[in-house]
Amino acid sequence: MRLLLRRDLVCQQAVELVTEYLEGTLSRSARRRFEAHLAGCPHCTEYLAQMRETISLTGRLEPEDLTSQMRDEFVDLYRRWRSEQQ
Amino acid sequence: MMESDRELLLRLRSGDERAFVSLVECYHEPMLHLAASFVPSRAVAEEVVQDTWLALLRGLEGFEGRSSLKTWLFRILVNRARTTGSREQRSVPVADPEPVVDSSRFDGSGSWADPPERWIELAEGRLEAGKLAYRIRAWINQLPARQRAVVLLRDVEGMSSEEVCAVLALSEGNQRVLLHRGRSRLRQLFEDEFRGVR
Repeated sequence: MRLLLRRDLVCQQAVELVTEYLEGTLSRSARRRFEAHLAGCPHCTEYLAQMRETISLTGRLEPEDLTSQMRDEFVDLYRRWRSEQQ
Repeated sequence: MMESDRELLLRLRSGDERAFVSLVECYHEPMLHLAASFVPSRAVAEEVVQDTWLALLRGLEGFEGRSSLKTWLFRILVNRARTTGSREQRSVPVADPEPVVDSSRFDGSGSWADPPERWIELAEGRLEAGKLAYRIRAWINQLPARQRAVVLLRDVEGMSSEEVCAVLALSEGNQRVLLHRGRSRLRQLFEDEFRGVR
């Protein structure tokens, strides 16, 4: 069994670093430690993939279409503003 | 100023109704969701968003393009929502003590004892079938207000961290902590949703 070095990350620490890793704000040495942990840990690799998937899924939400009534109201708002301008 | 903003401004200033309506189509609903994280009710959120659209029109002549039109619009919204809303306590610092994954899922050495269950393919399938988006909306709405605001702007709207910091008047560090907590919470909700489905 390999001795656990003080500088090795454990899973519980790795999950707290995911956002900083994805944001690119980890120091170079912290990034290397994080990646070294991932290389030996399928669970944390899966966890990182799930965080990326979470971001991707929320990024695919789309606003609902305006109702035709709301659209008319906004056209009115715009026209009122235009007439104030003149 | 960005070229797309320059063109849009020209059209808005010169009376192009369609330009205004397409802007409203892009941002009305996202602004409602964001406003709701600051104010106590949907009705108040709607009022704040209406006011914001009027403020946009009235400010068009003076807009100088130091930020993108989108960032400017969302800043107007947040300023108005903050003045109106009572829910947000700006003075409370972003606390950072709680772990984002329940500590019972790790063993004494900090390794996974109850590792993440796989759900990515299941979620993709259900999103494709149109059966997941409303759940994700509901989960985002359950996030604490400040995490919700950051997740909405960063991940739903796709703004950069700089833009989000400018819109919400947050430091980079606080923005990142809120983003981390919000995203981690959502990941957990996905895992819970699909636990045992396989």
